Amino acid sequence: MGKPKTIVEKIWEKHVVHSEEGMPDLLYIDLHLVHEVTSPQAFEGLRLKNRRVRRPDLTYATMDHNVPTQNRHIVKDETSRIQMETLKKNCEEYGIELADMHHPDQGIVHVIGPQLGLTQPGKTIVCGDSHTSTHGAFGALAFGIGTSEVEHVLATQTLWQDRPKTLNVHVEGDLGPGVAAKDLILAIIAKYGVKIGTGYIIEYTGEAIRKLSMEERMTICNMSIEAGARAGLISPDETTVDYLKGRRYVPIGKKFDQLAEEWLALATDEGAEYDKTITIDASEIEPQVTWGTNPSMGAPVTGRTPSLDEVEDKEGTKRALEYMGLEENQPISSIKIDHVFIGSCTNSRLSDLRKAAEIVKGRKVHPNVRAIVVPGSFLVKMQAEQEGIDQIFKDAGFEWRDAGCSMCLAMNDDVVPPGGRCASTSNRNFEGRQGNGARTHLVSPEMAAAAAIEGHFVDIRKYTGVLN
Amino acid sequence: MEPIKKHTGIVCPLNRDNVDTDQIIPKQFLKRIERTGFGQFLFYHWRYDDDGNLRPDFAMNDPKYKDATILLTGENFGCGSSREHAPWSLLDYGFRVIIAPSFADIFHNNSLKNGIVPIELDREQIDQWMKQAEESELTLTVDLINQTITDQNQHEVSFHIPDYHRQNLINGWDEIALTLQHEDKIAAYEQRMLS
Ligand code: SF4
Repeated sequence: MGKPKTIVEKIWEKHVVHSEEGMPDLLYIDLHLVHEVTSPQAFEGLRLKNRRVRRPDLTYATMDHNVPTQNRHIVKDETSRIQMETLKKNCEEYGIELADMHHPDQGIVHVIGPQLGLTQPGKTIVCGDSHTSTHGAFGALAFGIGTSEVEHVLATQTLWQDRPKTLNVHVEGDLGPGVAAKDLILAIIAKYGVKIGTGYIIEYTGEAIRKLSMEERMTICNMSIEAGARAGLISPDETTVDYLKGRRYVPIGKKFDQLAEEWLALATDEGAEYDKTITIDASEIEPQVTWGTNPSMGAPVTGRTPSLDEVEDKEGTKRALEYMGLEENQPISSIKIDHVFIGSCTNSRLSDLRKAAEIVKGRKVHPNVRAIVVPGSFLVKMQAEQEGIDQIFKDAGFEWRDAGCSMCLAMNDDVVPPGGRCASTSNRNFEGRQGNGARTHLVSPEMAAAAAIEGHFVDIRKYTGVLN
Repeated sequence: MEPIKKHTGIVCPLNRDNVDTDQIIPKQFLKRIERTGFGQFLFYHWRYDDDGNLRPDFAMNDPKYKDATILLTGENFGCGSSREHAPWSLLDYGFRVIIAPSFADIFHNNSLKNGIVPIELDREQIDQWMKQAEESELTLTVDLINQTITDQNQHEVSFHIPDYHRQNLINGWDEIALTLQHEDKIAAYEQRMLS
């Protein structure tokens, strides 16, 4: 046997079409996901040069960023409507399969890829969206690209890529009761910052990671980009294989068994080397809440906002606290919220909604709070409705919506008003992300649900009685 | 894209770390289906207040930086989403060079594809020039052939951009056309994978 290899090395080597000293490698792309916001200029570029789409069969499109979640038939904003129309026309012209707004497979692009089984271990997957890292949960090499690269992939089904370095994020031990995958990734980013992964691909390893379900793994890999890494992945195992079995785009029978074997063989070899390794003890992690304007500005729910003398970046911290309308040294649990958003490609899958519904069941949303639930896909919505989850939310006073990105980036009508404060299960708390002047606190679905009921942040472990 | 070999320009300071793409171009402006016309929306909520008036305390609004073509800024510039609208808006506004201690990966790539030169320098040099740009004025000459930057006092520092990207910038090549020269290899790869 040769030198032990990481999964990244194995996938990379299999996809090199051309390599030359002093040049990036030309890498083949197995799956290209497309949405309405980052693609129109790419198609226009093809048209101007009279180029074709090389592999429409490896390309799949949906609409998610702009879609209305209240009434599918009313797109108030004309430019949004044109953008979606343009995607439809482009897909028709170039023969690309599209799950449009009214299609039963529609949803957030990073929710539907895995759900349909388009996402598979060992594939190279790109999309004009930075949270493409989500698909890494399956042991795929998946990363976000810009529109010029979208055009390049459409025309050539390849990309020029420098061989990246690898960062092993090794998570030992067990997550405590009431602590979610979201808390784990938020805690990692809070501790190591938003640049720890810049220039690297992250592989998440260790006992705590192995125990996560596929949906939890997606939450982790999703936020790799918030740690600076374009891609984050997890070596496939039986959990991966079980999840994929029977999905629409996954082969069946003998072919599946053979594939499953190949998938498992992709896992990083014992003794393979990484360029960098960090180790985290999962048992130390508490439920997290971000207090600032980038995802590393977070604290345990039992903690406080920082005081300016204890931080290095005083200017940045001060500006963030000011924007957020918070004091230094303020207890996190004292922060009152007026909006709750349960959704986004980080936390809008069935298991996320189930966990939030468990908290909400039999309770009422606080009178000062407007709370909405936006399932990640049409299918998630249907399944949740079959289980009666929608009714639990509605009874409590939540709004139950159609699938899309919605208030994660507020490109449609779902906007947090200026000065509004939102407990959000999404991934970015940048200034204005959920609306001009809006303040975002990133949390897990369970923490968001409890905040909706209480009107401020509470320690979910005490709330549910797993800790007294 | 427009080739860029050597560029001399006024420097606008933006002394912040972790400037994200939501700040560079807010989402309400991502709905256009063209590549052009984004410059007017650059740093929209930092440049304008809620009534649409220019904020006097934001450096870029200072008349002395009106013709700036080089942006000098902090760590991790361009973090966040993959929206290429970010470099499009910078370019459309007039910036050709961005100098920072570090860049977010996707933004870095997107800049290179649009003829914007992203240059990484050490913090110390940036702080020194930042001060000068803020307190008086700073003009830099960026030379992509020799990979040097020279200020108005003839102080010279060198930088590094990998050859492949540098040649693309200098020549303004169409990358897709270059790749299509390898079409036989792509086809051969596809054949191999089928069998
Ligand atoms: S849900 Fe949010 S982060 Fe995810 S793809 Fe949509 S806008 Fe981007």
